[in-house]
Amino acid sequence: MTTEPILSRNFDRPAARTLAGYRETGGYGAWARAQEMEPAAILEAVKASNLRGLGGAGFPTGMKWSFIPKGHAGPVYLVVNADEGEPGTFKDRYLLERDPHALIEGMLIAARAIRSALGFVYIRGEYVQPWRVFDAAVREAYDAGLLGRGLDVIVHRGAGAYICGEETGLISSLEGKKGWPKVKPPFPAIKGAFGQPTIVNNVETLCCVPHIVARGAAWFAGLGTKTQGGTRMYSVSGRVRRPGVYETSVSITLRQLIELAGGVAGTGRLKAVVPGGGSAPILTADEIDVTMDVDGLKAAGSMIGSAGVVVMDESVSIPEALLVLARFYAHESCGQCTPCRESTGWIYRMVHRIVDGHGRKEDLDTILDVARRGAGTTICAFYDGAVGPYISYIEKFRAEFEALIPK
Amino acid sequence: MSAAVAFSPEQLAEVRRLQALYPDRRGALLPVLHMAQDTFGWISLDVEAYVAGLFDLSPAHVHEVVTFYTLYFRQPKGRHVVAVCHNLSCHLAGAPDILRHVRERLGIDVGETSDDGRVTLQSVECLCACEAAPMMQVDDRYELHLTPETVDRILEELR
Ligand SMILES: Cc1cc2nc3c(=O)[nH]c(=O)nc-3n(C[C@H](O)[C@H](O)[C@H](O)COP(=O)(O)O)c2cc1C
Ligand code: SF4
Ligand code: FES
Repeated sequence: MTTEPILSRNFDRPAARTLAGYRETGGYGAWARAQEMEPAAILEAVKASNLRGLGGAGFPTGMKWSFIPKGHAGPVYLVVNADEGEPGTFKDRYLLERDPHALIEGMLIAARAIRSALGFVYIRGEYVQPWRVFDAAVREAYDAGLLGRGLDVIVHRGAGAYICGEETGLISSLEGKKGWPKVKPPFPAIKGAFGQPTIVNNVETLCCVPHIVARGAAWFAGLGTKTQGGTRMYSVSGRVRRPGVYETSVSITLRQLIELAGGVAGTGRLKAVVPGGGSAPILTADEIDVTMDVDGLKAAGSMIGSAGVVVMDESVSIPEALLVLARFYAHESCGQCTPCRESTGWIYRMVHRIVDGHGRKEDLDTILDVARRGAGTTICAFYDGAVGPYISYIEKFRAEFEALIPK
Repeated sequence: MSAAVAFSPEQLAEVRRLQALYPDRRGALLPVLHMAQDTFGWISLDVEAYVAGLFDLSPAHVHEVVTFYTLYFRQPKGRHVVAVCHNLSCHLAGAPDILRHVRERLGIDVGETSDDGRVTLQSVECLCACEAAPMMQVDDRYELHLTPETVDRILEELR
């Protein structure tokens, strides 16, 4: 397992935020090399690296790029998803604030591979400081002629809506509309922003790309598991002794990661862990010997999602934790699909009355039934992301919920 | 429409620059609404109608956009906005106590603005600084690792 910092190598070097400082340790060297490569060769390298999207869905990045229609006559767009909003996740904030040129270099290389001349960076509206740092880096890159000669970049600020992290909601928002997700297909790679083929990638995903070009696809693939290359930035918070961003190989286990973050705080005894952001099904203390790659967590019945790890010690009330998340889903549903719009509000009210001590005997089964019926029926994956917690928290900790319901 | 709702010539030039930047000028709607809020303080129906005019959109289209996003204010806000995160990691780190403390100190509830117009209070979803929970956003700044004492100091400094 690697401990060499790759994505986070500049985090403790404030100078790296400037172009000169970034160049000091080889920055933009990968871009120089990529300019000597055919776009198809870049794409092949990214495919061979086994890079999987780090925004949530874990889709193979090279394969996504290859979906851009060959010979498309009009423009192709590159969109960076910097709308970080998944509860428990904060790694893109670190990347934007501490290594902004790494993202610009990744964009340059990706844009060459997909033959895009215009990139958008959609930064959540609340991220004012990260936006300032990143925007300054973009202006520096323009002044140095890195941008503006083949690739233009528009830094776009969101206005507060979790659903704009979903790629088609993000595209709607970028187009100046409310952030309603769109029915797929067509996928953005075929018909995306402003009706043109569009690749949406997460900040961290694109930050991997320069390293793949500089050090080779085989090296990158070798860092991870058979089906996922590279390292990953795990955001660890909740009841751990040293919360923070930890970059390690995706083959680390959840148990090892918690140890890396100083171990369980509070009572010191683990109760449960959210392994991949608020929308990931919860794992019990007995289920943490899983590898933290996309397929490892899928096999464990959860998901790595955005790799936001929230640790809960024995003193945490699971019904209360679900209440907090249920409030979140009720608030953030975009309201477009009936199951999502209606169930998120209804389930929030039921969990609320259970936690308040007025729950009804049938409530738990009603929640499970409502959640199961709606799963997979909606326009976007938001609702499935809510169903995972509803079901797993209740199934795995049912006695704790039942104890709150008057006999 | 009230006469006060109008951008300066420089701002209008900026609107045109933004509109030209995007493949379709409507892409500039969110940035222009940010500008409008910075200029007029909040997004009234008059502001919506004014912005709609700049984009040749119906005011209804602008209204549905403004009402979709939490960062656009549809009523006057205080000189400062305090947004306490109440999502999972902050909750586990004591956000309910922090929020109660802030409410008591300011003497207002979530969604309200203090009588002197100094502060608007919100409780918000994950601001993605969970490693430093509990936390809140004060205007442009993230305030991290909150305790009742640091909250007092931060609120004190807001004028
Ligand atoms: C409800 C919802 C919220 C999402 N939020 C984010 C987000 O904040 N950041 C992100 O990069 N991807 C987010 N995604 C995933 C995106 O839809 C998309 O898969 C991703 O940006 C693609 O980039 P990647 O392939 O590099 O991971 C979200 C998905 C859903 C369904
Ligand atoms: S699933 Fe929910 S968030 Fe997604 S489009 Fe439907 S209503 Fe909107
Ligand atoms: S839960 Fe408060 S910042 Fe994430």
